[in-house]
Amino acid sequence: MTLTGTRTLSEHESKRVLADAGVPVLDERVVDTPADAVLAARSLERDTPVVVKLCGEGVAHKTERGLVRLGLRGDDDVRAAAQAVRDAATPDDGPVGVLVAPMVRGSRELIAGIVRDSQFGACVMVGIGGVLAEALADVAFRLVPVERVDAEDMIDDLGSRALFGPVRGEPAVDRAAVVDVLLALSQLAENRRDIVSVDVNPLVVVEGRPVAVDGLVEVET
Amino acid sequence: MTGPSAAQWRALFEPRGVVVAGASTHPGKFGFVALHNILRHDFPGAVFATNRDGGDILGRRALTSFDELPDDAVDLVFVCTPASANPELLKACAAKGVRAAFVTSAGYGEAGDEGRAAERALVELANELGILLAGPNGQGVVSTPASLCAQIVAPYPPRGGIAIVSQSGNFVSSFQNYAVQTGVGVSRAVSAGNAAAVSVPDFLEYFSEDRETTVALAYVEGVTDGRAFFDRIRGVARRKPLVLLKGGVTTGGQRAAASHTGALASDDRIFDGMCQQAGATRPANVEEAFEAAATFATQPLPRGPRVAVLTTAGGWGVVTADAVARAGLELVRLPDDLRAAIDDKLPPRWSRNNPVDLAGAETRDTIPEVMELIASHDAVDALVYLGIGIQSNQARLMRTGPFYPDHGLERIVAYHERQDERFARAAADISDATAKPILTATELAVADPDNAGPRAVRATGRVCYASSNRAVTALAHLYRYARFRQRRGL
Repeated sequence: MTLTGTRTLSEHESKRVLADAGVPVLDERVVDTPADAVLAARSLERDTPVVVKLCGEGVAHKTERGLVRLGLRGDDDVRAAAQAVRDAATPDDGPVGVLVAPMVRGSRELIAGIVRDSQFGACVMVGIGGVLAEALADVAFRLVPVERVDAEDMIDDLGSRALFGPVRGEPAVDRAAVVDVLLALSQLAENRRDIVSVDVNPLVVVEGRPVAVDGLVEVET
Repeated sequence: MTGPSAAQWRALFEPRGVVVAGASTHPGKFGFVALHNILRHDFPGAVFATNRDGGDILGRRALTSFDELPDDAVDLVFVCTPASANPELLKACAAKGVRAAFVTSAGYGEAGDEGRAAERALVELANELGILLAGPNGQGVVSTPASLCAQIVAPYPPRGGIAIVSQSGNFVSSFQNYAVQTGVGVSRAVSAGNAAAVSVPDFLEYFSEDRETTVALAYVEGVTDGRAFFDRIRGVARRKPLVLLKGGVTTGGQRAAASHTGALASDDRIFDGMCQQAGATRPANVEEAFEAAATFATQPLPRGPRVAVLTTAGGWGVVTADAVARAGLELVRLPDDLRAAIDDKLPPRWSRNNPVDLAGAETRDTIPEVMELIASHDAVDALVYLGIGIQSNQARLMRTGPFYPDHGLERIVAYHERQDERFARAAADISDATAKPILTATELAVADPDNAGPRAVRATGRVCYASSNRAVTALAHLYRYARFRQRRGL
């Protein structure tokens, strides 16, 4: 649901806003055609499989609609996937492109974001992310500006903070890197008054470090 | 906008004299009760009462006009008159040097557009006259250092370090009832009423500078300017512990949202984060709020999260260990040197771990000695002590039974009660000596408050917690505040 007077940027645009603010994002490309998708996939780091998604301002519920194709290897797979998500686009989606990104693996998914509260103004959030983020609701908020020590406290507020330690052969989460993401979001909320909300979900922990794998920036129109 | 001046605060909390405006001869009316309570608790300054028809109220002649008041003898007017009478009343009081008014009258902001207009006019008038306006629609003000009980409700609490402000007058009563029950006293207590002129943050800022106050305790429902509220309570919590109970957290709630973050941004979670960021302690309910405040007022802050449990029976220790883990504290692993030191005091059937369960192996001096060993150890930041009063409980059966005082019962009863008194004293003394919190918990605190154990704990000025769970919850609040200060170099 979109609030009146706001619009959400496409995933790719959203991530550019995040990257400019200092949030780590994946090296990804947006292209028009399946052929360009193949070239884009080749230009990414070779050993990793890639992800292909439909990308556009009007595109919502990507996972539910089958607009995200994971674990693709080789030109044929990429081409077919790009064609499939393009074919699935509807007029409601508006102008669309095909996003090609390396596929990362990490068993821990966080969520981070910005919200503007009618009482307390801009707030930054961190929590346990992924598709179950809302059901788990293990999150912590702080008011902008968030200081480093506040961001540290936020992580300690989480019921599942044990997930920040070493888990299933993966190293402990680099807490300072997560703190940096929260500080970057706080700064973004201060610098860009037109940003109504930001959602970084999932913020996947890869080799201990957080990377924004999906992002949504909502701005005033 | 600046808050009340030092002189105005003094007029409210340390008045030289008080006048009850609208005093009544009817013992059911606010105007009677307020006067009664002021006189009942021996306010040492001058006390006057006004009544349109004059007459005698509680043995004193009611004044029919403020002109009859001596000049500059009265700092505080306690207003029980109808709203319509109040503007003239404030002017007359100001002329006599009154600098503070506590207004109980209803019919203001809570009573529609007309009431709101009357409230704005009253605030403006009070500002012009240089009068601090508390309320309206509040239940009163208590200031134990001044022996002032200017309220239309009970009780009058013992003197102590907790300062209370509430948007709901009845919570002032509730907190004061807990003060009476626990013996942990109150410095100032005020019902903010409609908070038309003096707001909850105004009161909290005064408490934070008040020498009589060691911890502030507030109940709030609505917050008008969230940012300003945050900035101000952050200032308060930097100076003193602030316990903030919030009502109405489940209303409002989730907003329509385009994002997960928005959907997760409930009022309660944001308020909670705001409190953490400000360093304010946020309890879940009324008794937890009071006990957190009372613990701040009577125990040193722990330097870390490592808790030891000392118990005379196994089960109590086990559930307390569970509570420690749930509260985000650490059950410290007993260091070898400490284990060895306790081994020297006890036969081998004690638990030899934390919780330190004496398993009935204690003799006359074991509990104070082991308590001191544990609390003195560097690996321990706080101690929870369980089992006080158990022997006095048996002693009570003996004392009230048909065999007392023969058969040696008189002697054993006295011994048990003396021992429990020693243990309570030891907990307080060792806590003072080590500067570490030692919390004593037993259900006898409520099941039999006259038991020698809980009674002796209260005599040390500390809380005897009604359960180990409540003790641990209070301790966790202290730890969070200590950590907040440490991390910020405060």
